[in-house]
Amino acid sequence: MKDLRSPLAKAKGLGGSPEASSHFWLQRLTALALIPLTLWFCFSLAMLPHASYVGVVAWLQLPFNAVMMLLIVVLSFQHGQLGLQVIIEDYIAAYPYRIACLFGVKVVSYFMMAVGVYSILKISLGGS
Amino acid sequence: MAEFKLPANSIVGKGQYFSEPNPEGTNKIKKVIIYRYDPEKNKRPRTDTYEIDLNQCGSMVLDVLLKIKNEVDSTLAFRRSCREGICGSCAMNINGGNTLACTQSIADIEGDLHLYPLPHQPVIKDLVADLTHFYAQYASIEPWMKTDSPTASDTERLQSKQDREKLDGLYECILCACCSTSCPSYWWNSERYLGPAALLNAARWINDSRDEAVGERLDGLEDPFKLYRCHTIMNCTEACPKGLNPAKAIINIKQLMIKRKY
Repeated sequence: MKDLRSPLAKAKGLGGSPEASSHFWLQRLTALALIPLTLWFCFSLAMLPHASYVGVVAWLQLPFNAVMMLLIVVLSFQHGQLGLQVIIEDYIAAYPYRIACLFGVKVVSYFMMAVGVYSILKISLGGS
Repeated sequence: MAEFKLPANSIVGKGQYFSEPNPEGTNKIKKVIIYRYDPEKNKRPRTDTYEIDLNQCGSMVLDVLLKIKNEVDSTLAFRRSCREGICGSCAMNINGGNTLACTQSIADIEGDLHLYPLPHQPVIKDLVADLTHFYAQYASIEPWMKTDSPTASDTERLQSKQDREKLDGLYECILCACCSTSCPSYWWNSERYLGPAALLNAARWINDSRDEAVGERLDGLEDPFKLYRCHTIMNCTEACPKGLNPAKAIINIKQLMIKRKY
């Protein structure tokens, strides 16, 4: 079917989408937060090269370490799904596929985030 | 899903060869390879090659095109008007980079000269790209002063020198489309992404101290596609034949989006 809309109507499209700058801002904030968190994580792993299972569990049961690990898991998956959303919007043009991919990425990311949070809490709050 | 195959009319074939006689070997011959395509006549585009004696030709790429059009092949189509870098008509892809044919010196180009239309736009004929959507996107940012308060009949709308200086680097845009058509984000999503030229012009009005519709303008741009498809690739700044920095103007708009939020 021939599109008889005027060029201006095509250029204006459906107008703006007001939450766009929140996405941009959150992506930058999580990126900044992950810099010190990743450095801390790498440094901490380097300090535990030959630790036993019991040693690592004891390390994760320290409140500071558990909180830092929770932050890393939550912010990594949040940052990851925001970034993947941008890539999908960039490269997947067909609308049904775009929506399906966005939905899939969000579901997998939040599921993985929940698994990570549950695991850290289980270990740090006394389970093993 | 994603499109990985190019359409058939993207495959360029070999065309005609126009040689320049050079019996004494004194001519300064430059090979000029030009994209030729007439969608109404040809199924596929081709590249024609012209040998041009630079001793008999002006110093700019536009001079070569005019020489070919006047003396060798009058069927060649291209846009030109001012021949001094102010109208933006002769924007095209020259040896892989978008620029103006009238301000591009031939001496700065080593080897053969390759001329193609602006990338990723529909081709009307040869080097003439269809910029209808590009101009409509410019119109969509409403490039005129919008005010609610009436002006006194005996005075103009005043602007301080400092406020006027904020428009330097923005108002000089000639809408040649070199920047937008060099942007990969614009190639993939030009239906919705406004592109560097329209956004630079949006910044020109957003930063104008006399304009009273800044919030309304920002509302219109706040969109994951219209504005946030810019990933600061910087091809626009690299391509701009006027030496402007559209990437910086887009960052300025993004900063204002955050500023009005917090």
